[in-house]
Amino acid sequence: MVDTHAHPPQGFIQKYVFSQDHKIIALQYLITAWIFLLIGFVFIMVMRWSLAFPGTPIPWIGRFLPADLAPNGVISGQFYNSLCAMHGTIMVFLGVVPLGVGAFGNYLLPLQIGAPDMAFPRLNMLSYWVYLAGGLLMLGSFILPGGAAQSGWTSYPPLAIINPGQTVWLFGMVLLITSSLLGAINFIVTTLNLRAPGMHLMRMPIFVWSELVAAFLLLLAFPPLEGAAIMQLMDRIAHTSFYVPKDLVVLGMMHKASGGGQPLLWQHLFWFLAHPEVYVLLLPPMGIVAEIIANNTRKPLHGYGTIVASMLSIGAMSFIVWAHHMFVSGMSATLSNFFLVTTMIISVPSVAILTCLIFSLMGGSIRFTTPMLFALAFLPMFGIGGLTGLPLGLTVTDIYLHDTYYVIGHFHYVVVTGSIIALMGGTYHWFPKWFGRRMNDALGRFHFWGTLICMNCVFFPMFILGLAGQNRRYYDPTAHLHDLPTQPLHVLSSVAAWLLFLVQLPFIYNFFHSIWRGEKSEENPWKATTLEWACPSPPPHGNFTETPLVWRGPYEYSPEGLKTDWLPQNADPRSLEAA
Amino acid sequence: MKSIYGWGLPVEASTYAKDVDFGIRLIHAAMFTIFILWAIFFVYLLVRYRRREGVPAKRDPEHHGIFSASLIPDLIVMLFEIALIFFYAIPVWSRIKGHAPDVPPANRIDVVAEQFAWNIHYPGADGKFGRTEMDKIHFSNPLGLDYSDPAAKDDIVLANELHLPTGRPTLIRLTSLDVIHSFWIPSFRIKQDIVPGMAIPLWVEPDRPGTYELSCAQLCGFAHSLMRATVIVQTPEDYAKWLKSAAPSVAAASTNTGQSW
Repeated sequence: MVDTHAHPPQGFIQKYVFSQDHKIIALQYLITAWIFLLIGFVFIMVMRWSLAFPGTPIPWIGRFLPADLAPNGVISGQFYNSLCAMHGTIMVFLGVVPLGVGAFGNYLLPLQIGAPDMAFPRLNMLSYWVYLAGGLLMLGSFILPGGAAQSGWTSYPPLAIINPGQTVWLFGMVLLITSSLLGAINFIVTTLNLRAPGMHLMRMPIFVWSELVAAFLLLLAFPPLEGAAIMQLMDRIAHTSFYVPKDLVVLGMMHKASGGGQPLLWQHLFWFLAHPEVYVLLLPPMGIVAEIIANNTRKPLHGYGTIVASMLSIGAMSFIVWAHHMFVSGMSATLSNFFLVTTMIISVPSVAILTCLIFSLMGGSIRFTTPMLFALAFLPMFGIGGLTGLPLGLTVTDIYLHDTYYVIGHFHYVVVTGSIIALMGGTYHWFPKWFGRRMNDALGRFHFWGTLICMNCVFFPMFILGLAGQNRRYYDPTAHLHDLPTQPLHVLSSVAAWLLFLVQLPFIYNFFHSIWRGEKSEENPWKATTLEWACPSPPPHGNFTETPLVWRGPYEYSPEGLKTDWLPQNADPRSLEAA
Repeated sequence: MKSIYGWGLPVEASTYAKDVDFGIRLIHAAMFTIFILWAIFFVYLLVRYRRREGVPAKRDPEHHGIFSASLIPDLIVMLFEIALIFFYAIPVWSRIKGHAPDVPPANRIDVVAEQFAWNIHYPGADGKFGRTEMDKIHFSNPLGLDYSDPAAKDDIVLANELHLPTGRPTLIRLTSLDVIHSFWIPSFRIKQDIVPGMAIPLWVEPDRPGTYELSCAQLCGFAHSLMRATVIVQTPEDYAKWLKSAAPSVAAASTNTGQSW
């Protein structure tokens, strides 16, 4: 470990650009990831025009698009597929994961365990820059010859092998995976080795647990995908045949391959990562929600041990459920039964966590602060996302619902109204810690209600579309007779998506305005118990002026015989007795 | 057409459509009930335990370990799921996917998917499929049928038009020339990916004559959303009549050698 704490870095570049301080790196991640989320959102807003009004030119921006991608301003199938693949890739690998892990985890994990920094500060810096390079490469692929990838974020071969644009996507993925692996090892070592005296594992805040489990998932699930991505790259540029079975005839032309490959191999390797990845998207936001709920109910979380055990079992189980994405893939029908059972088992700890969070409200004294509104909204929204997973996880009903809009509705309820809502709440909650100022409350409440209503109008119609049998990844939903009656729902969904963008503007304004002009905040504005609130806002280089001593669990709210209704983890019992 | 597609599930037109729909309806009824009860409880908690002056939060009794009251609703959900697995999912799944019907009596056709069309290959009167070879593939012979093979002479190959009889199951062999496609007929409640290099069996028994739609459900390229076919379900008599009328005359078949002209 390099001791970077002896003296703070000098100069702007070293302090704010190539910083090794986990807090600066976290803020770099935070801003970059929110920008990527916005870009991914812009992509879907363009796609939603094609879904609502297929075959008509996009107003305003249509004329600026190159003629080969959008002739006369009408989105072509190829361009739609590129936007679709990049929307998924950006949202998952460049948006939500870097935000939940790179930004929130990086900032809060060392603070919450009382550490001066991450265990490997240079590795931490490297992880951000590799992530940024991967992200820029992905975005840059739009202007490179061949264009952006157009085989979906899942990149199933042989389509991904014959489609243009995929090579850059694969290089980008290798960079992003490398970045995640560097981050994951750092998180694990930091959590296990750098905890302050007295911070037993079972005294760690739930958020730290969620980051620890997510880091293990990244560490164990990403290497297979990195290998798989390199194999796909070899299939494309070295004409190996890992995923190509034999000669293909593509649009009447022979596509030569040495043969022996199996397209389903990619699906197994991809989902072996991508299912645990779902929990990487979900666990840190769940941790954020747990922190906010404990703080705003002014009582300890219900069933801390249950939540920890559930997170650990979700982590373990998430490695043996992957093939529930493949019930109709051509995989053995008998094998499906195994994955059906494991999928139902993994729902048990998820329900347990959700129930604990709801039971935590019981007996509380609930403050409806802006972050709390987001945290509370997470509960029913994630509930809908989880419940609608049930008919997808059951083999028989999945025959019908697989690859329909029902799937889109399901995972967007989990990741958008679940994870992103929680990450927004987390932004409001920890903003005073990051910048020493508060975000505007009235704008925050407006942002919350607008976002919640718009998101539901975007995603709920998708369940109805899916039940009516509409497929995902169609740029023209009116091409199929069975999709015609439900077309008005696409219009509703699109209009709501564009409104959703408008209600994000106050958030963006509020964020940047409050960094410099927000109301000044004290060290611990929410009267919270965990260690990050025990240091100044923003924390100085090295975080704590002296190493904190931890005396108790993370959520000692409303203890008996105390004038205040919170007892920080580091409050010395001897001085309390004296008082 | 209007009556068979709407805002809900499309009309049920195969023998196992009812079984799939039973599950979809049951689960949605359960989901709806769980969510409503849950939401009422949630709103009650928010109102009952809102912050009020002078009313401090009440802590739960001290408690350690991994078991807590929250596991009780979990137990109910778990029992429901176990019942679904063993009394619904596994039995129905093995009926649909487990056993392919014997040919005959089952009808037998091949479906060969390509970007962006469905080639339907009927064996003709002899019940035998002609040999296909990749280098014979040509736009006039999309499957590369080898017409020197006697079994090929009476084969019928149609693009984007699938005829099926009612009254007996049809065993379909699914293959793809290029990328992964997915065979998806919403009204039959059937979906199966088609993987190049694999021949995947699928059976279906339509039970309602009419015209339906076959769509591709797996992203297969830039015109994925235009890849569709018409499914015509006929009574056994009509189907036999159609087969006879569609069969190529021997003379016509022999001139169609796959050579360019």
